[in-house]
Amino acid sequence: MNLDLRFPIGGMFTIVGALLTAFGLISDHAIYAKSLGINVNLWWGLVLLAFGLVMLWLAIRAGAKGAKQA
Amino acid sequence: MQQIHLGAIDYAILIVYFGFVLGIGWFLRRYIKSSEDFFLSGRSIPTWIAGLAFLSANLGAQEVIGMGASGAKYGMMTSHFYWVGAIPAMVFVGIFMMPFYYGSRARSVPEYLKLRFDEKTRGFNAMTFAVMTVFSSGISMYALAKLLELVLGWNFHTSVVLSAIIVLAYIFLGGLTSAIYNEVLQFFLIVLGFLPLVLLGLKDLGGWSGLKEKLIPVATSAGYAPGAWSDSWRHLGSASANPMGVEWFGMVMGLGFVLSFGYWCTDFLVIQRAMAAKSMNAARRTPLIAAIPKMLFPALVIVPGMIAIALHNSRGGLLPLGADGLPNYNLAVPTLLAHYLPTGLLGLGLTALMASFMSGMAGNVTAFNTVWTYDIYQSYIKPGQSDKHYLRMGHFATVFGILLSVAAAYATTRFNNIMDMLQLVFAFVNAPLFATFLLGMFWRRSTGHGAFWGLLIGTAAAAAHHGLTLPHGGTPGLKGGFLGTVLHTYPSEMAQNFWTAIVAWTVCFLATIVISLITRPNKTDEDLKGLVYSLTPRQVDHELAWYRRPALLGVIVLGMTLVLNIIFW
Repeated sequence: MNLDLRFPIGGMFTIVGALLTAFGLISDHAIYAKSLGINVNLWWGLVLLAFGLVMLWLAIRAGAKGAKQA
Repeated sequence: MQQIHLGAIDYAILIVYFGFVLGIGWFLRRYIKSSEDFFLSGRSIPTWIAGLAFLSANLGAQEVIGMGASGAKYGMMTSHFYWVGAIPAMVFVGIFMMPFYYGSRARSVPEYLKLRFDEKTRGFNAMTFAVMTVFSSGISMYALAKLLELVLGWNFHTSVVLSAIIVLAYIFLGGLTSAIYNEVLQFFLIVLGFLPLVLLGLKDLGGWSGLKEKLIPVATSAGYAPGAWSDSWRHLGSASANPMGVEWFGMVMGLGFVLSFGYWCTDFLVIQRAMAAKSMNAARRTPLIAAIPKMLFPALVIVPGMIAIALHNSRGGLLPLGADGLPNYNLAVPTLLAHYLPTGLLGLGLTALMASFMSGMAGNVTAFNTVWTYDIYQSYIKPGQSDKHYLRMGHFATVFGILLSVAAAYATTRFNNIMDMLQLVFAFVNAPLFATFLLGMFWRRSTGHGAFWGLLIGTAAAAAHHGLTLPHGGTPGLKGGFLGTVLHTYPSEMAQNFWTAIVAWTVCFLATIVISLITRPNKTDEDLKGLVYSLTPRQVDHELAWYRRPALLGVIVLGMTLVLNIIFW
């Protein structure tokens, strides 16, 4: 296919992960009372960010390989 | 329930998601040149994408909300809908049936029926399927809008129009490819959006063992054995020992065989994803790859329901009560989202929830436009036109498919009973279908007349069985018993449904055999090459790497499922 799906997946989770991480850093800790006192926005944001970046890296690597072969 | 207020960060996540959904459609629009590109993705989808889309297309409204509700209402037994009611059928369709679907080059499941049997069998299947998909998509839309109204206070009409426009836009632009790509995006979103909810809930309750302990009073107060909410098989010995009111034979035969094989092996909505794969091998592995995440999904969709009922019971009234005084199980998952997730992750969870509804809608719409264009329009209304003409029809069908879904969504708000009745009729039509395919693919003597009349008689048998039985405590009408006399009363509605399916399948199977034997074969062996098991060369795959061999993958998948069944016995 003409679009490597890992690009949009990676892109979306990188952006969402970055948004959540940033929000986790600046948000008032009181809102985390419901999530058992854990800053879930920060931690899960980092998980999403890592997932997004790995997807992007895989897509870029595959793209570079394809270009070399062609 | 308490309405949720979303913050700026929640809206930002929602907007990013919609941006990517529409962006994918926009990017793919220039690759749509022929009708085959639009309806079958040019048969070029990579295996892992087809596999995840196969799973995700089925991940509609009934999955996240419905399985969560069942998790609360019936507990761990709900896992049978996965480990008994999905995985074996997914393995079967990949290994044994896909060679005929993909190999025949049929463009849809009804078209396979035409190649294998005859025009009338295809026509019957195409018409019922087209109507069914439009209504399913309408029901998804209705359920989504109702939920958003209840949980977020959003306007019902705005939600309907907005979801319709988004789904329309991305299918119209990029066809099946766009639907499939978005389904994969939605798959990751659903997994990553619901996982924190499950993790937080389990941490709060002291892990799996803590959850099991808190489910004991839920079970004993309802009059069942202490483990009734946390075991899957142990209480299936008799229907009165478990909250589902089903015994093991009805479960295995009704759900595990008839209903599950009928859905996974014949429903074009899912089969279309495998037909779009880039090769026969990829098509065969599509359902097998889907089966691996599928078997783990109970952790994401059932466990939240179990957590919700445990919290409801031990910490006093988490779930809102319905008019009957029982907890409103359908709100188990949304309530839990609001309970554990702060603004931020809440936006992610709600986005995942919306994604699940939309992938269900889109799946129905893409299946509808294909069956409409190829099996109804090209076959009966305007045959022999150029491919451009049918591509244009496909775009047009996407628009009116969505308009019909909107109409169906509004019909549901006005006449709730009509929708229940339609779903009942669909259940009658679907129940016998797997018998027709099984005989068509594995018995070359089965004939067109046999298939068509077998299907009709099977459907009639389903209606008759439903009309002559009632679930415990039901009143004659939609619940059954509408034929005047009630011959049998089942312990639950679910048991009644399972047995309706078993009766329909058996009658269709026998009727097709008898009618085939007394009618003349309408296809020669030459016609049936590639369509019937005994006349098709076997797939040779023992020189492939192990992870490319469908049979081996199938055995691995079944083995893993067996282990899960034993662990949660």
